[in-house]
Amino acid sequence: MIVIVDYGVGNLGSIINMLKKAGAKAIASSDPEVLQQAEKLILPGVGAFDAGMNKLNECGLVPLLNHLALEKKVPFLGLCLGLQLMTKKSEEGQCPGLSWLDAETLRFRFDDSQAQLKVPHMGWNTIEIRQSHLLFKDLDPEARFYFVHSFYVQSQDPEAVLAETDYGGHFHSIFGKGNIMGFQFHPEKSHKYGMRLLKNFAEMSA
Amino acid sequence: MIRPRVIPALLLQGQGLVKTVKFKNPTYLGDPINIVRIFNEKEVDELVFLDITATNENRPPAFKMLANITSECFMPLGYGGGIRSMDDIKTLLSIGIEKIILNTSAVENPSLVRAAADYAGSQAVVISIDVKKSFLGKYEVWTRGGKKCTGLDPVKHAVEMEEQGAGELLINSIDRDGTMQGYDIELIRRVSDAVSIPVVACGGAGRLQDLADAIKMGGASAAAAGSLFVFQGPLRGVLISYPSQAELKQVLP
Repeated sequence: MIVIVDYGVGNLGSIINMLKKAGAKAIASSDPEVLQQAEKLILPGVGAFDAGMNKLNECGLVPLLNHLALEKKVPFLGLCLGLQLMTKKSEEGQCPGLSWLDAETLRFRFDDSQAQLKVPHMGWNTIEIRQSHLLFKDLDPEARFYFVHSFYVQSQDPEAVLAETDYGGHFHSIFGKGNIMGFQFHPEKSHKYGMRLLKNFAEMSA
Repeated sequence: MIRPRVIPALLLQGQGLVKTVKFKNPTYLGDPINIVRIFNEKEVDELVFLDITATNENRPPAFKMLANITSECFMPLGYGGGIRSMDDIKTLLSIGIEKIILNTSAVENPSLVRAAADYAGSQAVVISIDVKKSFLGKYEVWTRGGKKCTGLDPVKHAVEMEEQGAGELLINSIDRDGTMQGYDIELIRRVSDAVSIPVVACGGAGRLQDLADAIKMGGASAAAAGSLFVFQGPLRGVLISYPSQAELKQVLP
């Protein structure tokens, strides 16, 4: 069973719908007992960094999630803001992040020649794979994904970068280090391409 | 790098899908689920649903039907029509609609825009602005499905909505709706020059070049269209279509 951490942030309905369509069993929960029994976990999220961290803290789930991610090493996938919360900190807010990834969340900055680029980076974009990974099994080379974000994750650890995306320069769009993984885009909104990635996550042996 | 989004905008009248001309004479197109399934197979960038009679019939969104759509459509989905409260918004988000489109409510109850943005983030809040030119050639904002003139200036309204936390604007020309004669580029330009959030052009697209014009000349971030994707030929036979990725790449900047 995949458990989507329900801390009051994010579009859980779509993620559950897609996992179901991909043939995986998934529920959303904030119940510590349910979370503890999860074979895999997804940390969703949209909105502001501090709002997300505050909600996680209000739920009292952070120590448990730290335990599951770092000690029990349950496969843990962060989506969009969920990925950003896994970093040490964000230029968007003051709260420290979960610090599961040796990475920081930065604001898009463009020079004048790129002034036409809007923030948020909203729309469909492609990925450039940097390392082979089980997540990419049978992925269409033409795959594109739906992004909506004003901040991006910059990894200090090159080994954790699985794919990059170009938006006025390359940023890290897919992470994977051990049991911690993350997508900057929304797989649940990315047609069959996103479904392929989520299916691969669901079918990966823990 | 991304190309601008191209968005079929589908009009619901309760359970059925329709297409209007200048917000009038709705033509019945068919069952939304079937039509949405076709758009899904064509891997469209995004879909927008607008229930054009919910507000005036004092009816909530057709949540059940929308849930049927979201359970098999895996693309960004926006919905507008009859949204009055945070409860409506939370229900829509929970079934997998991630863009909440407010129009009449945004004018009559602007605090809902702020509350929605605080709850779900600005990226989830789209303000739809229906615009008609007055006899004197002045742009004015209309609400209640194009039935009520508010006298508001669309540019001022757009700026105020951005300040209230809106993350995107859907600018719809009532005069061009269903005419397939091209977007009102001047209207799109005025709004996009005044705000920094993405503007989606709507109303009047009749060919692919119109989409490109809305973006290049109008400054829009995305182009939405109805007739272009649901009708075929001069007799307006119902045929669902969507350009291929190659066609989009060729025509869009």
